[in-house]
Amino acid sequence: MVDVTHGVAVPVAEVGDVELYHPRSWVTKYVFSQDAKVIAIQYSLTALSIGLVALVLSWLMRMQLGFPGLLSFINADRYYQFVTMHGMIMVIYLLTALFLGGFGNYLIPLMLGARDMVFPYVNMLSYWIYLLAVLVLVAGFFVPGGPTGAGWTLYPPQAILANTPGQQWGIILMLVSLMLFIIGFTMGGLNYVVTVLQGRARGMTMMRMPLTVWGIFTATVMALLAFPALFVGSVMMLLDRVLGTSFFMPSIVLMGEQLKYGGGSPILFQHLFWFFGHPEVYIVALPAFGIVSDLISTHARKNIFGYRMMVWAIVAIGALSFVVWAHHMYVSGMNPGFGFFFATTTLIIAIPTAIKVYNWVLTLWRGDIHFTVPMLFALGFIVTFVNGGLTGLFLGNVVVDVPLSRTMFVVAHFHMVMGIAPIMVIFGAIYHWYPKLTGRMLDDTLGKLHFWVTFVGAYAIFFPMHYLGLLGVPRRYYEMGETAFVPPSAHTLNEFITIAALIVGAAQLAFVFNLFWSLRHGRPSGGNPWRATTLEWQTPETPPTHGNWGKELPVVYRWAYDYSVPGAAEDFLPQNQPPMPRTP
Amino acid sequence: MGIIVIFMVLIAAVAFWWLSRQRLTAKPWLEVGIIGDVGGRWPPTLPKAKIGLGVFLAVAGSLFALLVSAYSMRMAMVDWRTLPVPAVLWLNTILLILASVALQTAVAAGRRDDFGGVRSSLLVAYASSLAFLFGQVLAWGELVAAGYFAADNPANAFFYLITAIHGAHVLGGLVALIRTTARAFDGPETSPPRTIGELRLGVELCAIYWHFLLLVWLVLFSFLMHWANDLVSFCRAALT
Repeated sequence: MVDVTHGVAVPVAEVGDVELYHPRSWVTKYVFSQDAKVIAIQYSLTALSIGLVALVLSWLMRMQLGFPGLLSFINADRYYQFVTMHGMIMVIYLLTALFLGGFGNYLIPLMLGARDMVFPYVNMLSYWIYLLAVLVLVAGFFVPGGPTGAGWTLYPPQAILANTPGQQWGIILMLVSLMLFIIGFTMGGLNYVVTVLQGRARGMTMMRMPLTVWGIFTATVMALLAFPALFVGSVMMLLDRVLGTSFFMPSIVLMGEQLKYGGGSPILFQHLFWFFGHPEVYIVALPAFGIVSDLISTHARKNIFGYRMMVWAIVAIGALSFVVWAHHMYVSGMNPGFGFFFATTTLIIAIPTAIKVYNWVLTLWRGDIHFTVPMLFALGFIVTFVNGGLTGLFLGNVVVDVPLSRTMFVVAHFHMVMGIAPIMVIFGAIYHWYPKLTGRMLDDTLGKLHFWVTFVGAYAIFFPMHYLGLLGVPRRYYEMGETAFVPPSAHTLNEFITIAALIVGAAQLAFVFNLFWSLRHGRPSGGNPWRATTLEWQTPETPPTHGNWGKELPVVYRWAYDYSVPGAAEDFLPQNQPPMPRTP
Repeated sequence: MGIIVIFMVLIAAVAFWWLSRQRLTAKPWLEVGIIGDVGGRWPPTLPKAKIGLGVFLAVAGSLFALLVSAYSMRMAMVDWRTLPVPAVLWLNTILLILASVALQTAVAAGRRDDFGGVRSSLLVAYASSLAFLFGQVLAWGELVAAGYFAADNPANAFFYLITAIHGAHVLGGLVALIRTTARAFDGPETSPPRTIGELRLGVELCAIYWHFLLLVWLVLFSFLMHWANDLVSFCRAALT
């Protein structure tokens, strides 16, 4: 090993204490808090709560598909509203908010050895604007006409035409909520980026950062650049709806009546939406990649295989994801030459992604694998992600995509790759970091039950959907009716999927119960229950108090993956452990 | 969408330049001990607020690049009808240049500890920015009076949208400018060096933001005046 300290003991914390905001009352400590850890918990609880709403919506959708007519209050309008709200909530208000607002806020300062985010006040605003966005979104359920049923892509012209459910208020609230979310996210995102750039502890070089931080950092940069596209699209559509402009609305004759619109371009919205929408997939995936790398390394007691490759792959995926957006538009009638270009870039992304998968598997190879609950979820992620990634190779090709685009195959693909896979990581991460948040372990038996039902159940739901898609069962349909090409077996399969979905959903209630029960009754965890190397496990107190580090900031002497180092007394060396004195 | 792709390439170039200085080829598993970031010292020397503003400008830049992308994409369609650009926009452009120059003067005055100069330059910048916004509203009034309403056709709608979003950014900047101006009037001559440093930084951040607003406005103006069309169609012809 190279000892780069040149044998000099370095004084701890050469700089004075950073100016830290100090809460003075209960309200500023727990409600309007500027402490990133509290903001992280606020973000996470809000995201998980709204996620439960989306889970119930998916139950209702499945009830309609599996047992049409059984729940009489579900009509076609309601069904489309459920689809729309389920998709939008899961992608933006749950996954994006939880990975960046939740895990980002908690882990970035702690993992980098900082006392807090660099702009705590703006960070607090970020959460409250996010909460406002969620409330505006939920308000859609209570206005006349209900929430919008335009599909989560909100394609014009149909999104704002009279026959689409939620055309009166729902679509307006949806667009306003998205704009608020983007403003709130931008405030948080500035914090995450600048904290990584400027707030690292002494000795914490970029190449010593845990991959979790690399993933969240890169995803935040992408989100900051991609969300403006959704913002512009939302503003324009809002003007089309409210002021009657024609950014996206062509001249339309509806029910024999000429509408006032004219000259707008619906395809323009698709470009703007997917310029945001595709990076969004990786905004969710990159933090998951990072977190899963750390989970696997810690619970297999082995250094991550190919750390440099992992970093380069994260950066490469981040850059490439900005030049693939039109692969969502193969069936929009665009120039086939563009299709060829975008298919090529899409398939190239498979290379850095495959590198990451190989490295996870090679980290496991001959590792001392502990089948803890976080590890189970990490392994579940690898399986579901590879599964969903492979069907992505199908859909990335124009000629394969065109016949499959409107079928359940696409539903199966994106749920596998950006639904189940990231959720697996979220669960694994919650089981992994819950002891740091609370000082207690989550219950292991309930956790294993949660994992097996979720993992097997998710396969029972989404694997059969591939077959439905190949049979030609269309997505977005409220009911099949008498459809000649859909055999009776497809209906049986739909019933099976619905029952599986109900069971998986119920298993999540066990998880929610576990979260609250363990708060009181969980086994005390101590400061570092997983014997992990990264800085967040080395705080003087658990849960970490305000300011994270007591009097002195930590100094970093090594990378984040010193597990099972030959000759070391323990099987892990924390990042802030000074090098052993050299024996002459 | 060509314009936003060009913008992203610029951002990527900056990102890769920065990454190239982060020892991405290091083998961290072999290096034990303290190493500073190459090309930077620890603790970091650049003020956090400046980095934060830089990141924000990248976000705002992306927003405007997307607006211009959408605008030029729509312009390229055959049924595009232009609208007359009010002459007052020329005056507004000069006002915004004036504000930018005044802020640069304030930065220079701050470096010389000439706080009287800082105060007067900030006031000039403030007045000319307000006048700019007033002028934009005049331009809107002129168009509405001539019967060009936003709902009539996409060209009108784009004109109002682009000027409104740019105006909103000027308005937001004015809030920061007011706070900096208040600080400049708060007797910096007798303050400790730390407060003076904060004032200097505040003025500098305002100046950077106004230069950005000016740059964006010049690009938007060239599109509104249809100068950029010829360039875009030239590029398109060269590519196809």
